[in-house]
Amino acid sequence: MKTPAAIAIGCSAGGVDALKAVIGGLDSRLEQTIIACCHSSSDTIDLLCEVLGRTSALPVIEAAERHPVQRGVVQLAPTGYHLLVESDQHFALSIDPRVNYARPSIDVLFSSAAEVWQRALIGVILTGGNADGAIGLQRIRELGGLAIIQSPAGAEVATMPQAALDIAGADYCVDLLDIAPLLNRLCLA
Amino acid sequence: MNNPELDNIEVDLFVQALQRRHGYDFSQYAPASLKRRVQLLSEQLECKTISGLIERVIHEPKLLPRLLDGLTVPASDMFRDPTMFRALRETVLPMLASYPQINIWQAGCAHGQEVYSLAILLEEAGLYERSQIFATDLSERALEHAQEGIYPAREAQQWSRNYQASGGSRSLADYYSARYNLLKLDQRLRRHVTFARHNLAADGVFCEAHLILCRNVLIYFSNPLQERVLSLFSDSLVRGGFLCMGLRESLDYASSANDFSAFDESQRIYRLAAPQERKFG
Repeated sequence: MKTPAAIAIGCSAGGVDALKAVIGGLDSRLEQTIIACCHSSSDTIDLLCEVLGRTSALPVIEAAERHPVQRGVVQLAPTGYHLLVESDQHFALSIDPRVNYARPSIDVLFSSAAEVWQRALIGVILTGGNADGAIGLQRIRELGGLAIIQSPAGAEVATMPQAALDIAGADYCVDLLDIAPLLNRLCLA
Repeated sequence: MNNPELDNIEVDLFVQALQRRHGYDFSQYAPASLKRRVQLLSEQLECKTISGLIERVIHEPKLLPRLLDGLTVPASDMFRDPTMFRALRETVLPMLASYPQINIWQAGCAHGQEVYSLAILLEEAGLYERSQIFATDLSERALEHAQEGIYPAREAQQWSRNYQASGGSRSLADYYSARYNLLKLDQRLRRHVTFARHNLAADGVFCEAHLILCRNVLIYFSNPLQERVLSLFSDSLVRGGFLCMGLRESLDYASSANDFSAFDESQRIYRLAAPQERKFG
């Protein structure tokens, strides 16, 4: 693949610890755009940004409508909206119906990001309780991007990574704690 | 595997076909969501490709309402973002109470959930008898749906919680009747609502409003179209009139946003500023 320009990460509610392990392990020198979509039951993700920011070497913020995507920054999908990336690399939001019972949906984010970055995108699926993200990850691979899936055996909830593995397949299927070092290696190479 | 470049060509041609055949211009819609909706429409209408959908756009005029419905409708909730409705109830409505007649424009009313929410707020504030709500949408089907005021009963629980969180002191159930897994809003709530077709991308000013609600509609528009609509709102509001946007909408790239000052930034409630108060006169 090309040198990665962006990383898209998906997990469902209960994935906060997994997200913390991945984001917290990223190297401060990363210049990639990092976007994460975490299904959430709370009204806002302010707290999630704060919690992740505490252990992250990179800034963690909420993705802002119409704003350009930022490099070297972790940007999270706001609650209650789908997050999409436009081809000119700006964020867009929608309140279209839920996809896989979820809004934000990982499939929606991944599919739009796949078209923008194509071979320069890495998709990551972590622990989660439904199959959201599998179709999106498949789209990422179709367009030449790379897929990393947390090994279902070690995941808190195996449904999401297993669905991704079954539908999209993976270039790397690794334990949670190995994901950040792998991303650092791929991105700093 | 579908190639994104080919998809983009087909979506562009679809937009052009719709514009030339029926006069509706979606070229200024935000591309990523528009593409998803066109693809979804194409699947729902069992077309193998978007090109197949284009043929139907041209040769099946009766399909138009279905197309507009699929391209525009985001279903909302009653009292979605209760904190915003609470701010309306507690700070905005008391200020509007000084007007003898209150005109409200709900722009892009979709299936009407927020129209009924608003009518309930006005009723409870004792202002409804001197209020007039103009509820507009591009889609005729959405307007029909909004007028009926019938929704799936499974929403009732969430909507009741939203209503309570917005400061409602009664029970939301006082305003609807439930039957066969459906709930129907009390049609008396419609007595000061006028439903009308209006296309934000093409049509102009049609009322002098004291309050405009347009929440999560402009997120589907490109920057130039967002700009057009904001200046339409600026022209439609009385001085000091209020504008409510969705809680995650950004006005950072619209120069017409300078016509407004923040009234409650966290709830995205703005006021039309007097010309001398504007940042760029």
